[in-house]
Amino acid sequence: MSQNNSQSDSIQNPRVTWEGCSVLLDINDGDRLVFARLSAGSTLKIGNKTYSLQPLIGCPFGSLFQVENGDQGHCLARFVPTVEGNNIQEKGDFESQDEIKDNRALVDNNKAQSLTGEEINAMRSQGATGDEIVEALIANSATFEKKTSFSQEKYRLKKQKKYAPKVLLRRPFARSICEAYFKKYPARIGCAQLFQSCYLAMDAVMSRNFTCSQFLRVDALSLLLSMANVTANSDVLVVDMVGGLLTGAVAERLGGTGYVCSTYLGSTPYSIDIVRIFNLSNEICKRIVRSPLTDLSLSQNGTSEQIHQQGDDINMECLSNNQISSSVGTEEITPTENEKSDLISETTVSPVNKTGKSTKAGNKASKQAIDLWKENGFSSLIIAAPELDLWNLLKDLLPLLANSAPFAIYHQYLQPLATCMHNLQLGKMAIGLQISEPWLREYQVLPSRTHPCMQMSAFGGYILSGIKICSSS
Amino acid sequence: MLPIDPTKKISFTRHICDGDLVIVYERHDNMKAIKVCQGSVLQNRFGVFKHSDWIGKPFGSKVFSNKNGFVYLLAPTPELWTLVLSHRTQILYIADISFVIMYLEIVPGCMVLESGTGSGSLTTSLARAVAPTGHVHTFDFHEQRAASAREDFEKTGLSSLVTVGVRDIQGEGFPDEFSGLADSVFLDLPQPWLAIPSAGKMLKPDGVLCSFSPCIEQVQRACDSLRSNFTDLKTFEILLRTYEVREVKMDYSQGDETKPGSILPCKRPQRAIEGSNDQDKLSSQTVMARPCSEAKGHTGYLTFARLKCLS
Repeated sequence: MSQNNSQSDSIQNPRVTWEGCSVLLDINDGDRLVFARLSAGSTLKIGNKTYSLQPLIGCPFGSLFQVENGDQGHCLARFVPTVEGNNIQEKGDFESQDEIKDNRALVDNNKAQSLTGEEINAMRSQGATGDEIVEALIANSATFEKKTSFSQEKYRLKKQKKYAPKVLLRRPFARSICEAYFKKYPARIGCAQLFQSCYLAMDAVMSRNFTCSQFLRVDALSLLLSMANVTANSDVLVVDMVGGLLTGAVAERLGGTGYVCSTYLGSTPYSIDIVRIFNLSNEICKRIVRSPLTDLSLSQNGTSEQIHQQGDDINMECLSNNQISSSVGTEEITPTENEKSDLISETTVSPVNKTGKSTKAGNKASKQAIDLWKENGFSSLIIAAPELDLWNLLKDLLPLLANSAPFAIYHQYLQPLATCMHNLQLGKMAIGLQISEPWLREYQVLPSRTHPCMQMSAFGGYILSGIKICSSS
Repeated sequence: MLPIDPTKKISFTRHICDGDLVIVYERHDNMKAIKVCQGSVLQNRFGVFKHSDWIGKPFGSKVFSNKNGFVYLLAPTPELWTLVLSHRTQILYIADISFVIMYLEIVPGCMVLESGTGSGSLTTSLARAVAPTGHVHTFDFHEQRAASAREDFEKTGLSSLVTVGVRDIQGEGFPDEFSGLADSVFLDLPQPWLAIPSAGKMLKPDGVLCSFSPCIEQVQRACDSLRSNFTDLKTFEILLRTYEVREVKMDYSQGDETKPGSILPCKRPQRAIEGSNDQDKLSSQTVMARPCSEAKGHTGYLTFARLKCLS
C-alpha cells in the first residue's frame, strides 16, 4: 500500500484518512451507518458511551476498530484480523457434517443465561474485554451446546455486536453515500422538500409516512451515470434535486476534468450539501458549478425578446412550484444553519468544525464556460427533479445538449416519464427512448444456507433514457 | 468513443468525418456500427446509403437512402457499443455493467484488472470509468478472442486505456508485475475460486473484487474461497424491467357499436393536440405505460468483496 498512500495523486480518493476528511463509519456490519468528519474533537456514540474519533486519523480506509479498555477509559482501537479468520475452520467443518441437533429441547423460559446483569457490569469494571464477556455469556448459557452450529454462530454474533461492537472505516464514495442515505433517509434523496426539513421533523415524518418509501437507489444512480455516458472531459448538465448526491456522483466520475453544471429554475440554487460528504479534491470541486437555467438558455439564435419571454415563463413556473412545495411540505420546519450542517454530519457525531481550506464546490459557472456550452452544447443531461414538471423542464433543457447526446431522467413515479417519452416521440426530438426500472436482489451466501435475503427494497426508481437527435428543421 | 481527444467530442459543431465510427440506428433493436469511408455504401432493407452523403453532417442526423428510406447516425457510446458489438461470448449488459462500475468504486485514474475479456462489452465501460489517466488490463486465454478484442478497442479508440493479454488467469493467476497495484478486479470465469487468491495479491488493501457467475454453485464456491482474505462479501442479482408507452383511446360510451370499456391501442403515436377537439366526447386519449411482456429473467450473480486491511 505504501506507494498508494501518498497524497500526491490528488485526483483520486486517497486510501488513508487525514484530519478533516469525511468518512463513513459502519457500525456492527451495516447495522448503523454514520457520516463523520475526522478531527481531534469529533466523537461517536455507541450505546451509551461516547468515543473519540481521534484514533481513526491516519489509518487506512477499510480498517476495523473495536472498543478497548485503555488507561483513560474506553476508546476505539485498531483491530487487525488474522488472515485465517478464526471461525473459518469451524464453518468449513459443519458444512459437511449432517447436523443431528435441533430445537426440540429448547424452551424459552428466560432461564438459559445464568450470568446476571450485575455480574456482567462487574466484569466490565474489572476491565474485561468485550470478547471475554461474550465468552463468559456462552460458557454460562445452559442451552448454547444444544443449539445447532448455525444458531451458535448467530448467538455469538448477536452478543458480539452488543458487548464488543466493531467500527469499520469506509471511504465515502457515490456507492457508499447513496447506500447509506437510501438505508437511513430514502426520502432525502428523492424529495427535496424533505431534505430541507430539520432532523427531528425528518425522523418524525419518516416514521409516520416514509418507512416504506424507497427512492433513488444505488443501482438506479449507477444506471443514470452510465446511460448519460459520464466520463472524463465531458460537460454534464444536471438538475439535482436530490441533495447533491447526483452532482457529487457525476463529479467523482469526471475526476477533475470537464464540468458538471447543476442548473436550477428561479434564483436560488438547489442544495448540494451531500457533495461535502464526498472527499473530492479541490481540482474536482472546481469542476462542480451552478448556473440558473435562464443564463444557460439565452438561446443560441433567439432574439432578445424571445429570451425575455422564456425567462418570464421560467419564473412563473418556479413560482407555481414554490406554491406546490409549500402546500405539500406542511411538516416542513425551516432549519437553522446549525441544523443544516447537522443533517450532513449526523447528529450522533459532534458538530463538524468547518475547516475552510478546501475549495467550495458549486461556484457560479463562469461566463467563458457558459459561452463554451452555448457554442458546443453539453455532452449529456441527467435530471433528478421529482418536484418539477418534467416535460416543461425537458423542453428547455434538450436544446442545450449537443446532437447525439444521451440523457437520463430519474423519477419515482412512472407517469411523468411516460408522458415525456410520448411527447419526445411525437416531437421527433429523441430516439432510443426507454423507460426502465432496475430490480436488485441481495443474496445470503453461506455454507448450506444460501438464499435471497428476506428483506429487500422493492423499488428504486424509474429512468427514462434516450438520445437527442438533430431537429428536422 | 470517449472524449479523450477533445476535437472528437460531440458538439454542435462536430461533424461526421471520413474514418469516424458511427452507430447506424434503424430501430431501438436494430443498430450497427460502421466506419465511415468516403467511397463506401451501406445496403439494408431501406435501400442504399452512400457514406459520402454522411460526411459533413452532424451526429444525430437523419440520413436517406436512394429509396428515401432513412436511418439515424449516432456517436458511439459504450452503451450503444454493447448493443452492436459482435458476440464472441455471452456478454454483460447495461444493468450489470453500471452496477459493477459503481460497486467496484472505479473512478478516473484507477487501475483495473479483468478476466476474461470475452467480447469486451464490460471492458469498454471499464475504460470509460478509468479514463483519462487510469488503465484496464484485461486477460483472456483464447488467443483469437483476445486479438479480436484488441481490434475492437482500436476501432473504438480505447487502445490507450486498455491492454489485452493472452493468459489463463485460472491456471496462472494475474502477472506478478501488477501485485498490490490494482484498485479493482473483475472476474468472469467458470471457476472463479481458482483466480481469487491471485486477485487478492493484486489488489490494494480495501480494494474491491467482483465475480460474475451465472450459477449459484459457482457463487457458493467463490464465497468460500473469498472468506479467508476478503471481507464485506455481498452477492446481488440485478435485472432491468422495461416499460412500453402507448397512447390509448379510452371509450366511455355505453353504446353497443363499440365494445364497452375496451382499450384500443394506437399503432402509431398520433397527433393528439391537433384534430382531437371535435372527436366524440365519449372517448379520450391517454398516455399509459406497462411493463414489456418479455425480459431477461437472469444474467448472472454479482459477488463483491473487499480485500481485508491487514496493516
